[in-house]
Amino acid sequence: MTNLLRPVLTACGLLLLWQGIVWGFDLPSYILPAPYRVALAFVDNAGLLLREATVTVIEMLLGLLFGCLLGAAAAICLLLSPTARRWLLPLLVASQAVPVFALAPLLVLWLGFGIASKVMMAVLVIFFPVAVALYDGLRRTETGWLDLARVMTADAPQHRLRILQHIRLMAALPAFASGLKIAAAVAPIGAVIGEWVGASAGLGFRMLQANARVQTDLMFAALILLAVCAVTLYVGVDAMTRRWLRWQADSHPSLLSPVKE
Amino acid sequence: MSADSTSFSPSASAPAFRLAGSGFAYGDRVVLAPFSLDLTAGETVAILGASGCGKSTLLRLIAGLLLGQPSSLAGQVAWMAQQDLLLPWLTLFDNVLLGARLRGEVPDIARTQALLARLGLADRANAMPASLSGGMRQRAALARTLMEDRPLVLMDEPFSALDAITRAAMQELASEVLSHRAVLLVTHDPAEACRLADRIFVLSGAPAVLQQVAVLPPAAPRDPLSPPVLPVLRNVQAALQKAVNA
Repeated sequence: MTNLLRPVLTACGLLLLWQGIVWGFDLPSYILPAPYRVALAFVDNAGLLLREATVTVIEMLLGLLFGCLLGAAAAICLLLSPTARRWLLPLLVASQAVPVFALAPLLVLWLGFGIASKVMMAVLVIFFPVAVALYDGLRRTETGWLDLARVMTADAPQHRLRILQHIRLMAALPAFASGLKIAAAVAPIGAVIGEWVGASAGLGFRMLQANARVQTDLMFAALILLAVCAVTLYVGVDAMTRRWLRWQADSHPSLLSPVKE
Repeated sequence: MSADSTSFSPSASAPAFRLAGSGFAYGDRVVLAPFSLDLTAGETVAILGASGCGKSTLLRLIAGLLLGQPSSLAGQVAWMAQQDLLLPWLTLFDNVLLGARLRGEVPDIARTQALLARLGLADRANAMPASLSGGMRQRAALARTLMEDRPLVLMDEPFSALDAITRAAMQELASEVLSHRAVLLVTHDPAEACRLADRIFVLSGAPAVLQQVAVLPPAAPRDPLSPPVLPVLRNVQAALQKAVNA
């Protein structure tokens, strides 16, 4: 009961504060629209906003999917091949020195105004945290388990992949889950930056349009919808990873689990 | 690192293992002198020594875990360590089947169930390791070791993390279920060695040398404080003390 009430109370408090600022400083609605104006803008443009949100959500999900696949593949390559470690690892680290957002105009130039450049943008920001987290997890397998596996398989090379599958990858799941949660948190950033640089649809695109036309209330409505999408994505990924990791005893509550008194 | 691999020679009469090697060195530092040790099926040999004397190195060398190449005993050996090494994401049942799973074999469900029942874990087959006591976890590790069905069992202080009562029960159980196999038991506890082993060696010195210090009367498990065993225990303790002081 209190667990449900608390976020509602917090939201009401924030709304009151917002309304209070609008009244107290007597702000014109093109600087800071009152909450009810934003709600009106949302209702008036519900169809439009939902269409734009669908585009942005698809960009985030595709970015998450391909970013994670690519990151996981890179981590496994790094683990299996010393050659990959020598050549790929420095490249990976150096690639993060280039501000990914600076690449956005290039991506739009190469991949067009459509969804591909946004997905690519999201992939670029997601790939690195996933690859690093999974690679760290894969490297830190408990050595006792690997010793046991080596004795059990008599160190035969044909069983190495199964050791990777049943022991190393499973043991790396908690680390992978951490990478995935960071990825879920940065996916909206990638998609929206991509939309800002050049797009014809999406919440980021709509915000920029509304801003240019001084439709600040619509901009706020799009912003709030974007926040809702981002939080839903994070909560979904968190719930999914917790399902995988039920075997892992938590010694501390997660960010999203209710705090017990 | 350099060493000769251990060798294995079945003899005509009882199946026997000759565990022999030319020693082991980390770089220039020779930690293990050449050794040779014969073991017959049904025999338990204990190796005692102070911590850091090279006991674990010797055992890992025999298990083929040190050379980066398979030992000649490959496929003959089962391994049981101080930690239970149960995989926390698998049930007890699946943990016991780990070896078959890693080798891509068809799992023998009936044998797994029978083994779990024999070790008193039948009703916990679907439990996750984290929900079990240390004693139960070590019993599951023993079940996994037996499931491997190898003639030579290498044990690296398998009971030292247990409390005294659980440890005594585990020693009794292990002695019973391993009675037909050759067992090499590394321990730091002279009483445990006297309880379980038929012969006792002490490993000491730099580089470490293996030396037989006691042969025990048959039929383990024994009470280390019973009249025929107590003098042996005293001798073994004295030999260990001497080895540590030297």
